[in-house]
Amino acid sequence: MTETQGHGNQEGHAPGSKFGMVIDLDKCTGCGACMVACMAENNVPTKPDETNKLDTITWMRVFKLSNGKAFPDAETCYLPRPCMHCGGKHDAGHSPCVSVCPATATDYSYKTGIVSQIYTRCFGCRYCMGACPYHARYFNWWDPKWPADMKNYLSPDVSVRMRGVVEKCSFCFHRYQRAMDLAYYEERELEENEYQTACTQACPAGAITFGDLNNEDHMVYKVTHEESEGDEILRGRTPFRLLEELETNPKVYYLSGRDWVVKAGNASVREEAKAVKDTGGHH
Amino acid sequence: MEAAYQKIVRLESQLHPLGVQRAPLWQFVLWMGFFGTILLWGVYAMFLCWFKGLNQTNMNDSYGFALWIWADLGVIAVGGGAFFTGLLRYVVGKDPLKYIINYAVLIGFICYSSALLILAIDIGQPLRGWFIFWHANVHSMLTEVAFCLSCYFGVLCIEYIPLVLENRKIDEVPIFHHTSHNFHEVMAIFAATGAFLSFFHQGSLGGVAGVLYGRPFAYRPEFFIWPTTFFLFTWSAAACGPCFTILVTKITEAITRKKLVKDNVVELLAKIAGWMLLTYSIAKIIDTLYWAFVMLPKHNLHVLDFFTNQSLIYSKLGGVPWILVVEILCSVIPAVILVTKKGRQNKPALIVAVFLGSMCALINRWVMVLQVMAVPVLTFETFALYFPSWQELATTILPVAYGVLLISLSHRYLPVFPQERELNPV
Repeated sequence: MTETQGHGNQEGHAPGSKFGMVIDLDKCTGCGACMVACMAENNVPTKPDETNKLDTITWMRVFKLSNGKAFPDAETCYLPRPCMHCGGKHDAGHSPCVSVCPATATDYSYKTGIVSQIYTRCFGCRYCMGACPYHARYFNWWDPKWPADMKNYLSPDVSVRMRGVVEKCSFCFHRYQRAMDLAYYEERELEENEYQTACTQACPAGAITFGDLNNEDHMVYKVTHEESEGDEILRGRTPFRLLEELETNPKVYYLSGRDWVVKAGNASVREEAKAVKDTGGHH
Repeated sequence: MEAAYQKIVRLESQLHPLGVQRAPLWQFVLWMGFFGTILLWGVYAMFLCWFKGLNQTNMNDSYGFALWIWADLGVIAVGGGAFFTGLLRYVVGKDPLKYIINYAVLIGFICYSSALLILAIDIGQPLRGWFIFWHANVHSMLTEVAFCLSCYFGVLCIEYIPLVLENRKIDEVPIFHHTSHNFHEVMAIFAATGAFLSFFHQGSLGGVAGVLYGRPFAYRPEFFIWPTTFFLFTWSAAACGPCFTILVTKITEAITRKKLVKDNVVELLAKIAGWMLLTYSIAKIIDTLYWAFVMLPKHNLHVLDFFTNQSLIYSKLGGVPWILVVEILCSVIPAVILVTKKGRQNKPALIVAVFLGSMCALINRWVMVLQVMAVPVLTFETFALYFPSWQELATTILPVAYGVLLISLSHRYLPVFPQERELNPV
């Protein structure tokens, strides 16, 4: 049976999962642990000089935003940006990148809501990169290289990518596969804490919450549906997503009590004095 | 030595079409050598890109599509003269265009083969290029481009082959003579097929940008299942392609210092191009207004937001987004010149019009490729600027050199211009 479009509409099957993330921007300190964890977990190659962020690979990238005001009103916000795993218009799986890939090298899973990247099928046309408004996709401009000793630390669960293909955050999909294997073997459902992304676990401030947006028991569901059980995380704030007005339907939600941060994330409520990226940041 | 050279000259002259005069061989060799050197420079850069990867370029993760894709879309647009002139000649029945169709086909062949070559350099894994056919995603505009482009290049080959077979020496071989003759007999079918395929690949190239709903600068409303850019690209190719055909014809006439096509033929094609440009400019203006005043406000965006960069190209001059205005003027001005008989018959005005008409497509493709990549979408991002590396420039100049070489060879050895003998009696 082929998967039908739309979450939870698989005939004869239990509703599909829709994994997503809630990032508390008021908690994020910008330490970059999520970026480091992501790179280590997913065998992301490095370059001797990573200062040019336009040609280095950072599946998870922390942006440093400023409200553009002078002291004493100056404020800074660190905004971690993984792949948004967009559901596309009407949340039907037509993500901006998936629909444009000419070789079906990136796909949308109606079972998990995760946008995958098939490295061995990608031929490097980079159309998906142009389609992604979040710049969450990266091209391997160079052959992947690691310092000699670091090769021993590469994860055997994640394939390394060759020069000339596009890659991006997978929500640590290999962790999902591993957890599902165990759950299947033990004939039980997947528990919330069994499948967590590396960035979620690495965040020392606990700013990232990850889980199934379709599962009422998961915290991400409670937070995004503003249910009372999520109050501890919500603290009166309303979750928002980046560029919601474009109908990309991202699965990454953000929280902030600061109005200018919320406005920075949504072009539809942008104000005259836009938030600006602080170029002095180290990320 | 002198005798040997004279012998070569005599033998080589037997390959020329009958009854025409060609430049001395030494001059031709020098000319070919100059452009051949440029070609080799481009080929060297091409191999660097293939062997060392796309790190040889200045493209980056913000500029995944850059100079090459612009060149690709540009040559396909101006190469549109082949399909549209073919359609007019063989399907609509504009008979006088038979005197320029060979050249239109040759220009189209050069443009499309260049486009395919550029694509082969542009992809990160060239050896996997065939995946676009094997693992085709039918929802992707690029898939449609790949299929229609490849098929249409096949059609152009079929249209160009009879011309090659008409070389004086080749034509002496009966099988080639008959093959060429029979190809001409069925050319209407290929012209119609070419027009059909071109409609889709020119359109789907427009769709490449128009479907990007994550990028408000490029995204356009759908008409049936295609964004409006689909139709605008096809329309502009049909309008600007003939302008480019006329422009190259005039350049060729200037270089060879000979009249090659009669004025009535050029004026007929110019008139049709003029009306196509006029209707295109109206459609383009309506599309731009709808985008600016209906679509952008939905995102709380203003058209001027896309022209706030400090660089010259994406800035405003006197509060006006000049590149957008120039793009539209490049369709309106030539349209006004070409639809009037006086304008068409005025030589300098005609040259200006076909030059602007060609620029119209090239600027439009620039905006729909490079500016799409440059403008920020996230509110906290800034304009991304880019300047191509020498490898990118060399590989973009490569098709120009290749085009000059192929035109030079074709003009010297093939009867490209049927009216040449009549217009230049030896």
